[in-house]
Amino acid sequence: MMEKESQQVGVATQDSTEIQVVVFRLGKEEYAIDILNVQEIIRVLNVTRVPRVEKHIEGVINLRGNIVPLLNLHTKFNLDTSGLEDEKRIIVCQFDEIKAGIIVDEVLEVIRLGDSDIESVDNVYTSVSADQIKGIAKVSGRLLILLDMKKIIIGETSDQGE
Amino acid sequence: MAIDMSQYMDIFLEESKEHLNILNENLLELEKNAGNTSSLNEIFRAAHTLKGMASTMGFEDVADLTHHMENVLSALKEGILTVDSQVVDVLFQCFDRMQFMIDKLESLGASNLDNSDLINMLEDIQTGNFDPNIKKYSAVVEENHEPAEEKHVIGFDLNSFDITVIKEAIMAGNNIFYAHISVDKDCMMKAVRAFMVFKSIEEDGEIIKSVPHVQDLDEGKFDSDFELIFICTAGLEEISQRIKSISEITVTVTEFDDSMLTTVDKDVTSKKVIKNLEVAEESDAENKHAPKARKTVRVDIERLDMLMNLVGELVMHKGCLEQIGATTKIPQLNETIEQMDRISADLQSVVMIVRMVPIEQVFNRFPRMVRDLAKELNKEIDFIMEGKETELDRTVIDEIGDPLVHLLRNALDHGIELPENRIAAGKPGQGTLILSAQHEGNNVYIDVQDDGRGIDSEVILAKAIEKGLISSNEAQQLTDNEINRFIFAPGFSTSSQVTDISGRGVGLDVVKTKIESINGDISIETKPGQGTKFRIKLPLTLAIIQALMVSVKDEIYAIPLSSVNETSLINQSDIKVIQNQEVIILRGDVLPLYRLKHILNVPGEDIPQAQMYVVVVRKGDYQIGLVVDTLIGQQEIVIKSLGKILTGIPGIAGAIVAGDGNVRLIIDITTLF
Repeated sequence: MMEKESQQVGVATQDSTEIQVVVFRLGKEEYAIDILNVQEIIRVLNVTRVPRVEKHIEGVINLRGNIVPLLNLHTKFNLDTSGLEDEKRIIVCQFDEIKAGIIVDEVLEVIRLGDSDIESVDNVYTSVSADQIKGIAKVSGRLLILLDMKKIIIGETSDQGE
Repeated sequence: MAIDMSQYMDIFLEESKEHLNILNENLLELEKNAGNTSSLNEIFRAAHTLKGMASTMGFEDVADLTHHMENVLSALKEGILTVDSQVVDVLFQCFDRMQFMIDKLESLGASNLDNSDLINMLEDIQTGNFDPNIKKYSAVVEENHEPAEEKHVIGFDLNSFDITVIKEAIMAGNNIFYAHISVDKDCMMKAVRAFMVFKSIEEDGEIIKSVPHVQDLDEGKFDSDFELIFICTAGLEEISQRIKSISEITVTVTEFDDSMLTTVDKDVTSKKVIKNLEVAEESDAENKHAPKARKTVRVDIERLDMLMNLVGELVMHKGCLEQIGATTKIPQLNETIEQMDRISADLQSVVMIVRMVPIEQVFNRFPRMVRDLAKELNKEIDFIMEGKETELDRTVIDEIGDPLVHLLRNALDHGIELPENRIAAGKPGQGTLILSAQHEGNNVYIDVQDDGRGIDSEVILAKAIEKGLISSNEAQQLTDNEINRFIFAPGFSTSSQVTDISGRGVGLDVVKTKIESINGDISIETKPGQGTKFRIKLPLTLAIIQALMVSVKDEIYAIPLSSVNETSLINQSDIKVIQNQEVIILRGDVLPLYRLKHILNVPGEDIPQAQMYVVVVRKGDYQIGLVVDTLIGQQEIVIKSLGKILTGIPGIAGAIVAGDGNVRLIIDITTLF
């Protein structure tokens, strides 16, 4: 049933491969991730620092009894934070059994992107290493960097495994 | 059909293992005491059930082998064959093969083994060709089969209550009957027929036992046969006439006597079929039923973990509520919180108990292992197991098997001497090996004790000096206990060292590491010529532990109490420096001193203090002082994993969710430094 509905929506907008993304801000740049990867968006909770790990791991949080590690993409991508503390959010993503949160400066909106809106990465330069980016989306004059959260999060596990 | 069966695979495997266990235990019993008919009956029953289950599932190789075993067993039961070591050996081989097949089924989902070798052996035993020395077989091989009749018999699992009822009824002078009823295949309303039978018996009698259960009969959940045991004031003739008057059924009624208690339950095959049908009708395939006699439910361990997590959370939120109660001071609220406190404590202990399993699960495989090894080594061993019922958390049980195997093998191989040597040393030829488990406080102790040759501490010491583990000067100050601990040192004893303790220490470091990894401890007591005793101390559970909460600057950490020796308040002036390493002297011992703040890079400035708290922790055999800012107190904590991304951080064993909702990390002393 659900599948049918989403297909119908797709047909209505004349683009069957479009995706919905959550747009957020890190420093001054705008990023987006596929909404299907997002489990929830929460306000910033008390973060417990974890010693002896890489710098971009901010710590762990208690998400209703589950311990969820928190990545700091600012540190990872070498960006400054900006904006009000009150606007900061944690986006919790889940892939299979692995859960992780990222801290963002502000969650902006949820939008639909068609295939044609997304450009491949080779042409663009960013501070993020290219394999963690799915593409760059151009939406009404804005540039959104579409992150591959799966690669980013799964990548963390192999880093630690070594 | 194939898909249908796969649903029952788990049940099949689980139950097969249970029956294999029974088989194993009773085979050992039978070997010790050849005249033990109850063991023989148990073996027969287990083999029979396995046969039934395997053929239901379509595993013909298992079914075929068990079928042949059954033939031999039934001949043994009827006294046509006698139990001797050759037969038992073959049965053991069959058991091994079955275990192999079941393992294969578990891993590959299929097994198509050619068991003709064993089957031939079994057939030879049956016909007497296996060993010409045995002469008692020849008479009636044919009678053993009776396959057609057996197929229709449903087994009784009489529990002790049923037996008591039956015995009482016999004593009271009532007639007890056993009835086998087959409903005609084309009967449309089986349940009604069953009901009519019940009705007719209950006119002046009472049904004690029915297989399948009355409820299932009522709902028509049975193939075509059912069996009843009932008390009745009417005579045999009268009652059988009365039942026979019901149409569409065939019935045989016989008088029930004690001997049937052991022989009635021959065939459990059809019972299994019915059970499977039952399960099929329930939508939840996970709803696994344990064998009927025990009223238990099998639950996936993951579900228990989930339950445990939820209880952990509940306890945590109760903590929050308590804090609110303390600040608001509303009497009614506080009363309610107190109640909740009690309930949640109960709940927690119940959940803990649910996760506990008897250590029997691990112990059960040892008698066979010891037997085989003893035979191989030509040693006579009296293997005694005590405290099989001791319960431990599932997680601990899973880890403890290998270390125990190692210790038992060691004891057999190197500890206990050959019979002739033992007799020469003035000891009985048969060596004694004791494996025991017992509770003590929050720990379980497992002892592996032999009365073998023991280990000479002089020899260990010489080896330790030779290996450079210690200088000969230091060696003079060691106690026997300290010396004995050397055999746990990595690579301490290898096969290349040919002495009377050679091999005694091989891999003991591995055992020690394994046991320490589950927060346990191992020690050894040994007297040359008298034997050796290994004592393993294990925590009851790994999920909930006692911990000391300490703070460093703004951060709070939990140190497992199992690694804490003591805490102490020291002065800055107590700290000495040796080779750039801070040390303190505590009751004559020199302990290295580390500051937790530095080790964990806790942010914040170093503020020199005149006095400081030291937690004395144990890392292996050494004591280390850890400087912390404050000691918060002792607390029971529920350990949570940090998840895949953060596994393997040195010094961090996991995390807890504290009463205030914050995450706190648990320090792992063994990997901290």
